[in-house]
Amino acid sequence: MRQIASSVSTEDTIIALATPAGTSAIAVLRVSGKKSIGVTNQLFPKKDLNKVKSHTAHYGTIQHNKQIIDEVVITIFKGPASYTGENSVEISCHGSMFIVKSIIETYQDLGVRYAKPGEFTKRAFMNGKLDLAQAEAVADLIASDNASTHKTAVNQIRGGFSNEIKGLREELINFASLVELELDFGEEDVEFADREDLKKLVTKIKDTISSLLKSFTLGNVIKNGIATVIAGKPNAGKSTLLNTLLKEEKAIVSDIPGTTRDFIEDELNIEGISFRFIDTAGLRETKDKIEAIGVQRTYEKMKKASLIIYMTDISSISIDDFNKDISLLKELAIPFVVLANKIDLLPEQKIPANFVNIFPDTIGIVASNHDYADILKQKLLETIQLDNMQQDGTIVTNVRHYESLKNTLSSLVDVEKAIEDGISGDFLAIDIRQSLYHLGEITGEVTTDDLLANIFSKFCIGK
Amino acid sequence: MKNNYDIIVVGGGHAGCEASHVAAKMGAKVLLITMDMNKIAQMSCNPAMGGVAKGQIIREIDALGGMSGIISDKSTIQFRMLNKSKGPAMWSPRAQNDRMRFAEAWRLALEENPNVDFWQEMVTEILVKNERVYGVKTGLGVEFYAKSVVLTNGTFLNGLIHIGEKNFGGGRAGERSSKGMTEQLVQLGFESGRMKTGTPPRVDGRSIDYSVMEEQEGDEVPGRFSYLGDFNNYKSQRSCHITYTNEEVHESLKKGFDRSPMFNGRIQGLGPRYCPSIEDKINRFAERNRHQIFVEPEGWDTIEVYVNGFSTSLPFEIQYEALKKIKGFENAVMFRPGYAIEYDFFPPTQLNMTLETKLIENLFFAGQINGTTGYEEAACQGLVAGINAWRKINREPEFILSRSEAYIGVLIDDLINKGTDEPYRMFTSRAEYRILLRQDNADIRLTRKGYEIGLASKKRMKLVEEKQRNLSDIMKLLKEESIAPEVVNETLQSLNSSPLTQKVKLAQIVKRPQVQLLDLEKGSSQLKEKLSNYEVEVKEQAEILLKYETYIEKEQKIAVKLNKLENLKINESLNYSEIKAMSNEAREKLEKVKPKTIGQASRISGVSPADISILMVYLESRNN
Repeated sequence: MRQIASSVSTEDTIIALATPAGTSAIAVLRVSGKKSIGVTNQLFPKKDLNKVKSHTAHYGTIQHNKQIIDEVVITIFKGPASYTGENSVEISCHGSMFIVKSIIETYQDLGVRYAKPGEFTKRAFMNGKLDLAQAEAVADLIASDNASTHKTAVNQIRGGFSNEIKGLREELINFASLVELELDFGEEDVEFADREDLKKLVTKIKDTISSLLKSFTLGNVIKNGIATVIAGKPNAGKSTLLNTLLKEEKAIVSDIPGTTRDFIEDELNIEGISFRFIDTAGLRETKDKIEAIGVQRTYEKMKKASLIIYMTDISSISIDDFNKDISLLKELAIPFVVLANKIDLLPEQKIPANFVNIFPDTIGIVASNHDYADILKQKLLETIQLDNMQQDGTIVTNVRHYESLKNTLSSLVDVEKAIEDGISGDFLAIDIRQSLYHLGEITGEVTTDDLLANIFSKFCIGK
Repeated sequence: MKNNYDIIVVGGGHAGCEASHVAAKMGAKVLLITMDMNKIAQMSCNPAMGGVAKGQIIREIDALGGMSGIISDKSTIQFRMLNKSKGPAMWSPRAQNDRMRFAEAWRLALEENPNVDFWQEMVTEILVKNERVYGVKTGLGVEFYAKSVVLTNGTFLNGLIHIGEKNFGGGRAGERSSKGMTEQLVQLGFESGRMKTGTPPRVDGRSIDYSVMEEQEGDEVPGRFSYLGDFNNYKSQRSCHITYTNEEVHESLKKGFDRSPMFNGRIQGLGPRYCPSIEDKINRFAERNRHQIFVEPEGWDTIEVYVNGFSTSLPFEIQYEALKKIKGFENAVMFRPGYAIEYDFFPPTQLNMTLETKLIENLFFAGQINGTTGYEEAACQGLVAGINAWRKINREPEFILSRSEAYIGVLIDDLINKGTDEPYRMFTSRAEYRILLRQDNADIRLTRKGYEIGLASKKRMKLVEEKQRNLSDIMKLLKEESIAPEVVNETLQSLNSSPLTQKVKLAQIVKRPQVQLLDLEKGSSQLKEKLSNYEVEVKEQAEILLKYETYIEKEQKIAVKLNKLENLKINESLNYSEIKAMSNEAREKLEKVKPKTIGQASRISGVSPADISILMVYLESRNN
């Protein structure tokens, strides 16, 4: 029985557009599967592609029924040294949708099938080119639109994250072995690990996981942008500031639909990091008197933010109100920047000493003046402190990974507590095995149907 | 003479005896063929049953209706519950046995069953037609016919004994080895391998000075293996003794290393890493200047002693010289030297979960022939093979225990899926669900199963039902009744547990790690009165269930989660060679084992998690 169901993807050759649809200078099509080189060769009269080396590019024309479709560059990848692990071809053609469509149809005529969503990555995974964490990173990479996301995703594809998890697993397995030794060979003449040593080992593993967990916040920031709330009364100059910032950057003002989170008004990219400015409508409504409800709503928005820009009209705010607002910000324990607008209206353009006393790091600005934009941007970067964190190693960006790590940590907390309580090793072992199980969920050591389904549904065609 | 049977069991060791017993008890006409009827149920290694993980297996065998527990109880000379300081999953019963009485008890038990016949001779051939076994042929050329054959050849298949530079064929010291079987099985297509194990010298107890050794006595209140009742009536127990080797001993042994069959390559088979010979210990752990020696009496009355920890295959005179340098052995008189034995085994991946071979229908393998070591491991395989051989004859469904039900399930699943390179011994760490597989609840886990297949007696079933009833009564009592501070505070303070300020439920107090139910009974005559009708074992189990409730629940949850993979079925006709993405090794292994579920596939050695992911994706895309 050589014949198997046509849906068994490894037997088919597939094609898809690898660059975004629409008119562009060039478009790239990707073909993968056993017949990819052979079929391409039929359409490429210039030379015999069956005889060329892997990883070589060939200029020529694509022709079908003696008709030239386009001038193209063909790149040949021979399995297993290709993304999917199969023989693959990349066709760079002119970026007209008519040409793209014609090429795809020609391939379809020759028995090549249009790829399903995520199919290239699925093949790469099936051929052992990627593990689960890496496959997920591909989805992130495709979705990345700034330098930091890109960097994290690339690191993950190269296996940085997986390696870290594997290292953790090994340490845990070592730890588990020490415990198991004591259990199964308690009657024999062997020396056992000291409880203190066991505790130190757990603490060490816990620390590593904790720092990975912390990186999740950072990872999320990198992936989704920093949720930034500009708080302040309407006349404080909020919109002016935003416009100044955005104009300066010529940033794309975009609506991102379909999120259930707060409306995202504007996105600003500062040195490769996205800042998402979140609407704080609540503040607008409290025009005259400060209504309790209005304050509450603003407060809720602020609580969800990763960064708060507090803006005040320094020429009109009372010292008491300023004091109250600063206390509120401090309570929230979210990084914040304090801007004193309309400083040009003050004598000597200086913030009064009683205000500085309350919050020394208050920055005086004129919202409409572009000269202040750079100072503010540096301040924002500084406050979020990405620079030093970005450099060192692994960042968790995926919610599923975050959950698994959190579960691992909670099992380890149980282990630690059990050691402190002097509880027998057979119980420690349960929690250690649990934590191993959770770590395994990340790299796919424990696979379940829904896990895979979830992962593969995230991929777009041709990527 | 009768020559037609339901089942023929070849070999009369722990596996063979248990297989004969269960099949006969369920109604099969059984012929047990052994090379020497006087050697039935020999303890070829140390005179002890149980221990960590192994004790749990005997409890499971007993709960199902096997005999090993009862036989051991009848011949116990010392009983200890090991690991009592650890959690209840680790509590492991172990008995020292009277070697001769153990063997006698087994033989009498088998003789008692009219369904069991005996024949003393070497089986040289199995009779096979159309890939199906129909009997055996002996050395004399006698043929016996049966619907099923269970092979339990132990260490006898081409057994080769090594002592120093000397070696000779033999299945045990002083007994012939069995020839011809391996060759025939290989011809039939079976793959065979070679393993090695060893045993220490036996010594005259009258020549040993116990006064310089550490004495290890039995438990004050000795326990037992069988749930069925007391078969021993201990009046006394015998002690074991502990002594140590020293550097002088090691120096003496080293003098013989160049003549050791272990080190000069004469022994080919792989020995167990966890039960090394003394020369191996000295060689591998050079930094240690002493090793423990456990001196075990061989019986109630006999003067023979077993020198556990001194397994060796060095030349006799080296063994003797070194032995006499051990503290307490200065004047030792030896009965026989230690030796190493090599024997044939058949990698167990060639079996189904019922222990029937995949190649030859109705042919079953059990015990050391499958690469295991240990009486308990052998006995439980005999039990499973015996049950399934009889059930197959009657076209009844397979009897398979899962990994979350029994250590027996873990053992067979490991053997069939992972195979083994060294003699396989059970450890508690091999079980994923250790807390569930305790020695105190084997009856609750398994007796009903044994009863339903007609193995466990009605009496056993009644006892379990009563136990469960009593258990739930005690649990109810402890969860519902309160205890007052004035009744319990004195007890609590004496145990360094904080005193009560108001009444609390008894269960709350029992949950405290420092407090035992027994302590509370001592402190309160009222409670003692209420609990007086219940057996110690039942009270103990109630206490375990309460104290370790959270852990037990945790493990049950994991079991449920992992069992999901056990429920993902794989079609047996799946052609693994189609799944090109998998590693070659994984494809070959899967093709060979043909796992029935993803869970089983994930346990096959050589199949990596990545392979399993690929398999799942493949199955899914096929389903779509």
